[in-house]
Amino acid sequence: MKPFTRLDARAAPLDIANVDTDQIIPARYLKTVERTGLGKGLFAAMRYEADGSPKPDFVLNQSDYASAGVLIAGDNFGCGSSREHAPWALLDFGIRCVISTSFADIFYNNCFNNGLLPIVLPEDEVRSLMDEARGGNHVFSIDLEAKTVTLPSGRIVNFNLDAGRQEKLVKGLDAIGETLQHVSSIDDFEAQRRLTQPWVAA
Amino acid sequence: MTGKTLYDKIWDAHRVAEDANGETILYIDLHLIHEVTTPQAFAGLRAAGRPVRRPDRTLAVADHNVPTINQAAGTGAVADEEARLQLQTLERNVAEAGIEFFPMGDVRNGIVHVVGPEQGRSQPGMTIVCGDSHTSTHGAFGALAHGIGTSEVEHVLATQTLRQRKAKNMRVWFDGEPAPGVGAKDFALALIGLIGTGGGTGSVIEYAGPAIEALSMEGRMTLCNMTIEAGAKAGLIASDAKTFDYMRGRPAAPKSAAWEAAMTYWSSLHSDPDAVFDREIRIDTAALSPLVTWGTSPEDVVPVSGHVPDPADAPNAARATQIQRALDYMGLTGGQPISEARIDRVFIGSCTNSRIEDLRAAADVARGRKVAAHVSAMVVPGSGLVRDQAEAEGLDQILIAAGFDWREPGCSMCLGMNPDKLVPGERCASTSNRNFEGRQGPGGRTHLMSPAMAAAAAIAGHMIDMRDLPPVDGVA
Repeated sequence: MKPFTRLDARAAPLDIANVDTDQIIPARYLKTVERTGLGKGLFAAMRYEADGSPKPDFVLNQSDYASAGVLIAGDNFGCGSSREHAPWALLDFGIRCVISTSFADIFYNNCFNNGLLPIVLPEDEVRSLMDEARGGNHVFSIDLEAKTVTLPSGRIVNFNLDAGRQEKLVKGLDAIGETLQHVSSIDDFEAQRRLTQPWVAA
Repeated sequence: MTGKTLYDKIWDAHRVAEDANGETILYIDLHLIHEVTTPQAFAGLRAAGRPVRRPDRTLAVADHNVPTINQAAGTGAVADEEARLQLQTLERNVAEAGIEFFPMGDVRNGIVHVVGPEQGRSQPGMTIVCGDSHTSTHGAFGALAHGIGTSEVEHVLATQTLRQRKAKNMRVWFDGEPAPGVGAKDFALALIGLIGTGGGTGSVIEYAGPAIEALSMEGRMTLCNMTIEAGAKAGLIASDAKTFDYMRGRPAAPKSAAWEAAMTYWSSLHSDPDAVFDREIRIDTAALSPLVTWGTSPEDVVPVSGHVPDPADAPNAARATQIQRALDYMGLTGGQPISEARIDRVFIGSCTNSRIEDLRAAADVARGRKVAAHVSAMVVPGSGLVRDQAEAEGLDQILIAAGFDWREPGCSMCLGMNPDKLVPGERCASTSNRNFEGRQGPGGRTHLMSPAMAAAAAIAGHMIDMRDLPPVDGVA
C-alpha cells in the first residue's frame, strides 16, 4: 500500500449529506475483477448525463476541481454497501483524502486498507473548509504526521486520528503481513477451539 | 463489576491477540463469499503466495450477478460478458482453494444471506463476515455478523481473523403487540426513521423485548438485515427455543451429542441482567402502522396512510434542501398523500424479504386478485430451496395466476447490477433494503415496504394499506 505522509492538492466541496456508496460507485461498475479503472464510474449519476456527457454543474466536472485530490462532503459519507470499490473509485480518480463530519463504519475501515485518508472535523469546521474550497485558491496541504490541514488562507486546522490508524497510513502497512506475525496465537486459538467447541472447529 | 452484553461475550470468546496499534485480532468462524467482492482478494493472495487458511470455514455462492431466468444453462450462458467473467473467476478461485460452493443452478444456491442460515452454517455465538453489508442478517442467530471490504476478505482468507476495534453497545427494545399486517420490516423502518441512517454508527445493536421474542426467525433475519441501514456495525438477537427449532436438522447444524453440547453453550449467550448499554431505545410496536419510504434514504419513512413531507416544514434550511432533492428525484410533491403515487414495478425478493414466510405473505394478498394492468411485478425467491418449498405449497401458482412473474433465485432487482433493473423514472414498490438514488437502476425510484404491502401495491397499482384492499369475490 502506498504510504500517505503529505498531500498538497485541490479540494472540492460536495455539500450533500448521506452520500452512499451506490452514489460513489453504482453497482453496474462492480462487474470487474480489477481494483483499477473504477475512476470512470465515480459519482456516475451526479457526474454524467444519460448520454454519457459530463454534467457541467457537478463539482468535479468544473475545471477548477477536475484534478481535485481532496473531497469535502456532508454528514455520514460512505453509508450503505460494503463495496471497497468506493475507495478504489475515489483513488482511481485521484482523491486521496475525504473530509466530513462523519463516515459510515465499513467505508471508514476500507479507506485505511487503501491509503485513503478520511478526516473527521466538527460541522462548523467542515463548513469553513467548504467555503475556502469555493474560493479562488483551492489547494489544501495535509500533513498526516502532524495531523494538520493547512488551508488556502494559511489557517491551520488540526484533526484527530488514533495512532494505530495513522501509522497504518504513514507506513503503508500490509495488514495481512502484520497479522501473520501472530500466526502461533491463531494456531493456539484453533487448537483450544477444537476442544471447547468441536462443532465449530471440526 | 458490571455484567456483559451478548456482544461483549462473543467478542471476548474470539479474541486471538491484541496488536500494538489498538486493534484486536478477532477469530472468524464463518466466512461467506460471493462473486462481486472476492476476485481482487484472491488475486492478492495469489500475488503474495498466500494460501486460504480455512477453506472449510468458508462458503461460496453466486448471487449478485446472476440472471433470474435460465440458470440451468450455466455460467457460460450468462449474456453479460463482465458478469460471466466474474462468475467464472469465482468458480476458478473456489476450486483452487477447495472451498464449498453452490454454483448458479444448484438448488442450494441463492442469496448468500438466505443460504447461510438455510444450510445451518450460521450459528449462535459465531463471528460471521462477508464482503456484503447485509451480513448483519445472521445476527438473528445470536452471532456477531457484519460486512467487510475486499481487503478484509483477503485478510480473512489468509488468516481466518480480522483486525477490529470494539464497537459500542446499543439496545433497541421492542415492546407491545403489533397490529395485524405490521411486522419485522416495519420494525426496521420505524427504527431507521427514528435514529437515521447514521444513528447506529460505531455501535452493535442488540434487539430485545417481547415483540422480538414473538418474531419468527425469518422476521428476526429481516430486522437484523436492515441494521446496516441504521449505520450500525451489526445487529443481533440472543438465541432461544425458536432459534434452536429453526436450526435443528439443517445440513451443517451439529448432530447428536455435539448438538446437545452446542445448545448448552448457545443457551449461555445472552446479555447479563446488569449489563450496561451505551445507548437504549424503546419502540412500542402496538403504535406502528405499515410503513413505506418516500425518499432516497431508508430513514425517509412514512406510514402508508401518511403524506410526503413538505420542505417548507423542515426544521432548517439544510434539511429543506435535502427533502427537496429527494422529492425531485422521486418525482413527488411535498405534502401529497404517499398513496397517490402510481407504481410501475413491484419487486418481492432480496436478502431482506425473499424467504418462505415472505412469499407466503405475498401470496396471501395475491390470492384471488390480479396485478393492476399497468404494473409489472416479479417475485424472486431467496434460494433454490425456498423456490422449491414455495412450489410445493402452491404459492407460485397463486402468484402466477395473479399476474406476478415467478423467477429463479438471486439478488435480482435489489441493486441494479444484473439484468433485473428499473428504467429511468420507473417507480417501484420493493421489499429490498435500499432506496438510494439509482440503486435499482439509473433514475429508478424505490419505495421500501414489507412483502404483503408490495403485493398490495401491485394489486392496487399504488401504495395502499393491504388491510384496505377490497375483499376478494367469494371470500367472506
